[in-house]
Amino acid sequence: MNQPLLKVDNLQVRFTVNRNRRWPWEAPQTLKAVDGVSFELYPGETLGVVGESGCGKSTLARAILGLLPAQGGQVSWLGEDLLGLDRRGWKNKRRELQIIFQDPLASLNPRMTIGEIIAEPLRSLRPDVPREEVKRKVRETMQLVGLLPNQINRYPHEFSGGQCQRIGIARALIVDPKLIVCDEPVSALDVSIQAQIVNLLKDLQSRLDLTLIFIAHDLSIVEHISDRVMVMYLGHVMELAPKRRLYREPRHPYTQALLSAVPIPDPELERNKTIQLLPGDLPSPINPPSGCVFRTRCPRAIEACAGEVPALRAIDDEIRVACIRVEQ
Amino acid sequence: MMSLLSVKDLTVSFDTHDGIVRAVNGLGFTLEQGKSIGIVGESGSGKSQTMLALMGLLSRNGHTGGTAAFKGRSLLDMPPAELNRIRGNDISMIFQDPMTSLNPYMTVARQLGEVLTLHKDMSRSEAKRASIDMLDAVKIPEARKRIDMYPHEFSGGMRQRVMIAMALLCRPELLIADEPTTALDVTVQAQILQLLKELQREFNTAIIMITHDLGVVAGLCDEVLVMYGGRTMEYGSVHQVFHNPQHPYTTGLLAALPRVGGEEDSLRTIPGNPPNMLNLPSGCPFNERCPESSERCFSDVPLLHGIEAGHTVACHKREEAV
Repeated sequence: MNQPLLKVDNLQVRFTVNRNRRWPWEAPQTLKAVDGVSFELYPGETLGVVGESGCGKSTLARAILGLLPAQGGQVSWLGEDLLGLDRRGWKNKRRELQIIFQDPLASLNPRMTIGEIIAEPLRSLRPDVPREEVKRKVRETMQLVGLLPNQINRYPHEFSGGQCQRIGIARALIVDPKLIVCDEPVSALDVSIQAQIVNLLKDLQSRLDLTLIFIAHDLSIVEHISDRVMVMYLGHVMELAPKRRLYREPRHPYTQALLSAVPIPDPELERNKTIQLLPGDLPSPINPPSGCVFRTRCPRAIEACAGEVPALRAIDDEIRVACIRVEQ
Repeated sequence: MMSLLSVKDLTVSFDTHDGIVRAVNGLGFTLEQGKSIGIVGESGSGKSQTMLALMGLLSRNGHTGGTAAFKGRSLLDMPPAELNRIRGNDISMIFQDPMTSLNPYMTVARQLGEVLTLHKDMSRSEAKRASIDMLDAVKIPEARKRIDMYPHEFSGGMRQRVMIAMALLCRPELLIADEPTTALDVTVQAQILQLLKELQREFNTAIIMITHDLGVVAGLCDEVLVMYGGRTMEYGSVHQVFHNPQHPYTTGLLAALPRVGGEEDSLRTIPGNPPNMLNLPSGCPFNERCPESSERCFSDVPLLHGIEAGHTVACHKREEAV
């Protein structure tokens, strides 16, 4: 098997909350947003990351890209450690790792023309590129993502949500990155526009040989675009498997519940399916349950689940599940 | 028999600095007691404005036309005092974002109780008792304890349950739900939809479900109305619309949805962008994005016409085919 592009090992991201505590002797609390996440990413693949709000999927993305400090674990990019990089080190690396954000309009500077927005990464990360070349590259990238080159002097507010997301994609692509992290890139868009952006990303990936981490809460879109899917819950990985196998035979009780909850746009199928309703609410990440974090809502939980945090173990050479109730 | 709600030729327009925005043009549907209808459309298609118009909640620059009769009484020209007796009592509404539609300064007990003291002349203690029963009905654990809490002490799903409880307190005959699950996670959405189905059966409430999620409509509604550019594109039973979609927009929308377990390689897309409501194209609002459009689609607005019993479509192509 080929060398992984990105290897994340036991990554920990914690936030200190309750900073302005009432009494000075009260200990500040920590919120474990990402707690021991490990995975590898291979060149040319798309890893889907799904989970509900608060499961740590966006925090994970930001920690990998150095936008948030990690408190433990390792992230290595082609064998090189990313967590120890300083600002200058990151400036060199950012050419290779880029990100697309969720809210297309909010992530674009309203006072810059889209030509300036798309050119900015190239100007700051590769100051050696001559101006004429930058201009040519901007036009070329705009065409690549389906924007008309004559829109180069317009401002973000003149574009619709879908087009703004295309601008965001162009801005990420212009430095010829190897990896693009897409943080909920289509959640804010209408259904008919979502399909356009998803198809664009898939097309770009095969043409430019990109590797993607695709974060979303919409399971059907993740299935559509990913090769492998990682399911997260409360900062932990519950299951990691090739998409076909994950969607056909979900192993982890949480994955099963999550999949059964997706509404199917077909009246007969939707009405006749059995939904595994999860009882209760998501526990607080400041004070998560002991052992398996899902055990308080799990239909298959037993006493032993409260003991130790279940390790993400390999069921076979493709599937990894963090559940002591799942058989080999 | 008289329908519970009958809307005919409803128009909603807004005066703005840039001109008149025609948000809804000639919308019509009927809803019977205890039934549910899904109104589907993308952002800006006019689905929320339709409901706000029915409830008399349009912003001040909004104007309505056409008729909307609730049990035979016209809603659109009703004086506010009379409307206030209907709103919250016979018709109630739940909104998309439960946090911004609950008052953060009031305990849940007071917010729920207010509805009952106002509409049912209950005393405060009676109202509280009835509120606790309703919170139990929407499956809020420890309702007796939680009723004295403030909205921020509830999770998103629980807040939406509180909203639903508040909407159902007076046992309304019609519940308007404006994207009630859009802000929620799928597993929470499944809980809320399940709850709505149970409550509908129990209280025989008619539901208007406004959503962009066709999956939600497929599970909950009897009929579907597909809106685009402020107009009805297709209207029929869920079976007719999902299994035999006639309008190119409906077909496109259904094909653009990725499905769990689907094997398709690339999604079918609808090219282009939704229309600018300030400057709607002449003719059919969908003409520029339609794969089948002809000259006529750019000149004449297609009217709704029947395909089969209960199934109507606004498309020139289908009209010619009949």
